[in-house]
Amino acid sequence: MTRTIETVKGSNKAVGNRLAGNVAIFAFLLILGLFMLFPIYLMVIMSIKPVHELFIFPPKLYVIDPTLDNFRDMFQTLSEMWVPFSRYVFNSVFVTICVTVAQCVFASMAAFVLAKCKIPGGSFLNKLIVTSLLYQSNVIYIMQYIVMARLHMINTYWALILPSVASPMCLFLMRQSMSTVPDAMIEAAKVDGANMFTICWKIVMPNQKPALMTMIIFAFQAAWNIQGGTLVYNEALKTLPTVVAQAGSAGLARMGVAAAGAIFMLVPPILIFMLAQKNVIETMAHSGIKD
Amino acid sequence: MESAQIGQRSKAEERRMLWLQVKQNKECYLMMAPFMLIFLVFTIIPVVMSLPMGFTDFDMVQLPKFVGLSNYTTLFLNDTIFIQSIRVTLVFAIFTGPLSYILCFLLAWLINELHPKLKTIFTLIFYAPSMANVYISWQLIFSGDTYGYLNALLLNLGLITSPIQWLTDSNYILGAVIVVQLWISLGAGFLALRAGFQNIDRSMYEAGAIEGIKNRWQELLYITIPSMGPQLMFAAVMQIVSSFTAGTVAQTLVGFPSTDYKAHTIMTHAYDYGWVRYEMGYASAICMILFVVMLLCNKLISKLLSNFMD
Repeated sequence: MTRTIETVKGSNKAVGNRLAGNVAIFAFLLILGLFMLFPIYLMVIMSIKPVHELFIFPPKLYVIDPTLDNFRDMFQTLSEMWVPFSRYVFNSVFVTICVTVAQCVFASMAAFVLAKCKIPGGSFLNKLIVTSLLYQSNVIYIMQYIVMARLHMINTYWALILPSVASPMCLFLMRQSMSTVPDAMIEAAKVDGANMFTICWKIVMPNQKPALMTMIIFAFQAAWNIQGGTLVYNEALKTLPTVVAQAGSAGLARMGVAAAGAIFMLVPPILIFMLAQKNVIETMAHSGIKD
Repeated sequence: MESAQIGQRSKAEERRMLWLQVKQNKECYLMMAPFMLIFLVFTIIPVVMSLPMGFTDFDMVQLPKFVGLSNYTTLFLNDTIFIQSIRVTLVFAIFTGPLSYILCFLLAWLINELHPKLKTIFTLIFYAPSMANVYISWQLIFSGDTYGYLNALLLNLGLITSPIQWLTDSNYILGAVIVVQLWISLGAGFLALRAGFQNIDRSMYEAGAIEGIKNRWQELLYITIPSMGPQLMFAAVMQIVSSFTAGTVAQTLVGFPSTDYKAHTIMTHAYDYGWVRYEMGYASAICMILFVVMLLCNKLISKLLSNFMD
């Protein structure tokens, strides 16, 4: 009898320790998080600051007279461009969706094969993926240009989409994550007569939601910021990052407009992030891989 | 002679076996095909085409001219700014690499201990800098006049009497850039680790509790880390890439070139020769050296990690 009471007391203490620990973790993260958010907070402040408040000393951490002038200014500049603003929005949305979908579908399948199938050439490809991630050179862009010129893709949507789909980062992420899937699970499915395609999409992928959602965030973010550069010179094919940067680039007085543009560009990735993360956490609450 | 070959397959037989294996796994190759095709055309071919450029003189107008090792000898013997850029890159990598790797792991783990709703919020808070516009956020803080937030704070506290040019004074440039780099460093590696933590089966912790695991330190050490190997490796590669190739952050913030080349990384040097002077052969040689350094670093870290995991 006394022993049971003691164990209960002991576990109560453990629970108490855990709770105290959680509070400490929360406090620590909160303080660090405020530091992380501070520069972004300043950017938000800047975007709603009227011009006459720019030169108050000392600079204030709040806005006395908040205004949406900067945002109005930005959209005004954007709508006065030679190509209608909606065209840039369409270009960006179209390119982003194409890249994100193509990358996630293609990279997931390739990652599955590289992680779970022992095939001739597999380990070579695995090494190639990591090595290509480490190889950074500005000469690549020239060579990409040459390749695309040969394929007559300069100044088309292809030039915006394909180089981003070819990025090996998402594949590497997915491959790493899938390598923890137990082989027994795949063998069992094989015995049941499933083909590799079915195993990949019906059995492995549903268990890889956290990695998939992370991949979507990466792919979306990269695609949303595609500028095109020299690969696209037709104004009607340019994307939002290019024109928004143009709208805000004219010295200190335009700093507010630049901040407004930066916030405008930040909203879609944050929305995608929230959706993806919410999805991860909800599904992971009641699922798991069992070996 | 005959007996020596028993049990050994001839070359032709080996090739036939390989072909058989390839045929058996036809489905696998088909599944890889879409990605690998695009990857080959838009990444591998450009990379392979760029590899020999370091041995040439190439100005993008005329065809590349073979010059042997002269780019490399010039780099190491006559280019003092390159030597300076190596130093800057190493300082940068040492300060930002390991520190942000540890931060990524620590924060991903601490967030994982919280309530699900808080998880999303904190993950967003720490990842947001990687999505935000670095230049605009930090220009306001580091601005060299009295309207910069950092200067205003220090002036108000009486710590300084005149504003400091954080982004152009050669004493502060590197420090400022390192701070900013650390701020954006909770990026791909951090999110991948968060995903890794999410993927760990909760029942493993329950089983661990029955087997006598008492607190979260032991959970971390005996259950979490051993099942996170692949994600840790991914984060390490990402960290190597971001800390060695950093340059754009510095360039947008402190201008190009920075005062006294104080924030001049190897990547910035390559940018200088490639896109400013159009000496692509030379720029290519610079990138090649960086690539070799990163490969060695990757080898070292994967060795360390695999030792640690076992």
